[in-house]
Amino acid sequence: MTAALISYAQVSKRFVSRRDGGGAVTAVDNVSLEVATGEFLVVVGGSGSGKTTLLRLANRLIEADSGTIAIEGEDVRSVDPVGLRRRIGYVFQSGGLFPHMSISDNIGITPKLLATPPREIAARVDELLALVRLDDGAVGDRLPHELSGGQRQRVGVARALAARPRIVLMDEPFGALDPLTRDALAEDYRALHRQLGLTTVMITHDMTEALLLADRIAVMRAGRLLALGRPAELSASREPYVMELLRTPRRQAERLNALLPGAGPA
Amino acid sequence: MSLLSDPRLSEAAGHLPDYLGNHLRVSLAALALGLAVSLPLAIVARNRPVMRGALLAVASIVQTVPGLALLALFYPLLLALASLTLNWFGFDFSAFGFLPAVLALALYSMLPVLRNTITGLDGIDPALLEAAQGVGMTARQSLFSVELPLALPVIMAGIRTAAVWVIGTATLSTPIGQTSLGNYIFAGLQTQNWVFVLFGCVAAAALALIVDQLLALLESGLAARKPIRAALGGAGIAALVAAALVPSIARSSSSYVVGAKTFAEQYVLAALITERLQAAGLQATTRAGLGSNVIYEALAAGDIDVYVDYSGTLWLNQLHETSIKPRNELLADLKARLAKQHITLFGTLGFENAYALVIPKKRAEALRIHSIADLASHAATLSIAGDYEFFSRPEWAALRKAYGLSFRVQRQMQPDFMYAAVASGDVDVIAGYTSDGLIARYDLVTLDDPKGAIPPYDALLLLAPKRAHDEKLQAALQPLLSRIDIDLMREANLRASGNDADSSPTSVARWLWQRIGGR
Repeated sequence: MTAALISYAQVSKRFVSRRDGGGAVTAVDNVSLEVATGEFLVVVGGSGSGKTTLLRLANRLIEADSGTIAIEGEDVRSVDPVGLRRRIGYVFQSGGLFPHMSISDNIGITPKLLATPPREIAARVDELLALVRLDDGAVGDRLPHELSGGQRQRVGVARALAARPRIVLMDEPFGALDPLTRDALAEDYRALHRQLGLTTVMITHDMTEALLLADRIAVMRAGRLLALGRPAELSASREPYVMELLRTPRRQAERLNALLPGAGPA
Repeated sequence: MSLLSDPRLSEAAGHLPDYLGNHLRVSLAALALGLAVSLPLAIVARNRPVMRGALLAVASIVQTVPGLALLALFYPLLLALASLTLNWFGFDFSAFGFLPAVLALALYSMLPVLRNTITGLDGIDPALLEAAQGVGMTARQSLFSVELPLALPVIMAGIRTAAVWVIGTATLSTPIGQTSLGNYIFAGLQTQNWVFVLFGCVAAAALALIVDQLLALLESGLAARKPIRAALGGAGIAALVAAALVPSIARSSSSYVVGAKTFAEQYVLAALITERLQAAGLQATTRAGLGSNVIYEALAAGDIDVYVDYSGTLWLNQLHETSIKPRNELLADLKARLAKQHITLFGTLGFENAYALVIPKKRAEALRIHSIADLASHAATLSIAGDYEFFSRPEWAALRKAYGLSFRVQRQMQPDFMYAAVASGDVDVIAGYTSDGLIARYDLVTLDDPKGAIPPYDALLLLAPKRAHDEKLQAALQPLLSRIDIDLMREANLRASGNDADSSPTSVARWLWQRIGGR
């Protein structure tokens, strides 16, 4: 493993909860974590585990209360947050496409903000549409609502890659898709990750998806980093919550093996 | 006679470029000002709950003030402001007409724009705001390229509501001296010229509809990314703006402005004065339909040059006197007091337009009522109607005090409808005007005032301070002094209240001049 591209050192974040009479909720509790260049890290946890907060701390959509976060060796507090976000790709849970802009305009938005000449943007958009396999037909001129959920999420990926970032953050990117689309998209992204030499941090609540995609998996619960390691390392964990998370994929694998004899593991 | 061949229609059409141009100018200026203030305020306030609540509350309160009152309030406010700037900075500005109308209408336009802009921005999916931030937009870029475009349909709906309100309410800017399509309505109501009233209403409604539809076209073109449609809407609005900027009738500074209050006699006399000035080779225009206080202040400030007022009105309302003096003494006193304010009391026209209690002649005979003193004993069983100001005027207090009057019911009415109401028995007594032609038409009598509770109301010509030594003007007005007696004025007023082609103020003024000149 090479040098850390993203590093969290003793990072904490508390939110003041309006519902509970102003009490503070610790979303991220003293987390230390390093992501190496070229690594595909998947963060797994239930809702309220702090996984989304952890992701957003990296591009300063949320500011940390304590601890240090460094991107490419630089403390994020010392860099302009807008510039930081422009060089980190971000794929949103619901797609996050701007409904009033065409697909091309959505994809080209970050280069446009970086004042890239229009002709270069147009060329880059075509390139990206091909990369995410949306190059059949005039998808670029359509509006987001004219596309299927899977197509929209492909546009979300293309938009994240538009300004040639080294880092891509993904917030449950395939969560709302049907299983087939989801699988195809995840495979395609995994290939892009390798092909473009990206460093990816992805969030999911689906352990099976995490196991299939990740180089390493981070397990979060109640704001704390409970376990971190390769799938095989996690498999050896004695942590009850990790064991519980692994139970479903294991059972699925056994049943699939029994149902489809001779097919072998995927 | 069919409506289309009615000469009043062509007369109305003749005024259209002037009235419509002014209406458009004041409406668009007010709308532009309202938008320029409300849009940034709404944007600043959207994330500040306290400021937002305060803004919406103030705008809502403004909305509950009746349009006419709001417009009327701005006149004294600006007048006070103008005298402050004159004292402090050595300059003043005209508090008459355009400025107060624009300010009041702009204030009026704010609520829908504020409310819809705040609601529209509030309604945007938070995930999209996050996405805007996530792709690297600054707060400003997010506002202009994501939030405002997404809120546009809601904001435009607010702007369209504001436009329709402003164009409709602008008809009420006539009494504060801003020419508008309301001139048709006010003049028409006062002189029973229903062609004018209808014409004004239809023109204002048509203008409101056209502006609304152009804005709708612009909005749908922008939303559906149809540049041609958006361009059509935009070009329509631009054409209206351009039309509003072309000055309809360039008013040179040497032109005289004749003022008129909001009743038929004033319209006729203003038309007469204007014609006399034009006959003397002077440029003159009429500003009709001005409120009673506005017109006096406008004369004092030099916004109008000449108008007809009544001695009792000036004595009680402008000089705030409560004592009532004999006629000649009051006139002499008035002249001296007005001169202190640099206003010239040029002379009397020869008739009085006083308030008088009026009842049907037959009823007076049956009840043996000849004077207000006779009426007092019957009052408890009778109803009385007066115009909108009568019951708050000092005359009413004086009458009640002098004769111990106490009526069963008091009602306020549009003056033109009072005479018919008393003739038909809907009310028993009205506080009418002595020069009103309807007194003769409906066979009514005015009751004597033996105790002299009602002050004299001689019709007077007043000149603005800057016209105190204007010999040309004074020579042109001289032939009118002491030449119009009460019978002549009553007949003129009766003609003006007719609902036919010869009842326009201009035609009646011509008839009146022939009668004066023929004697």
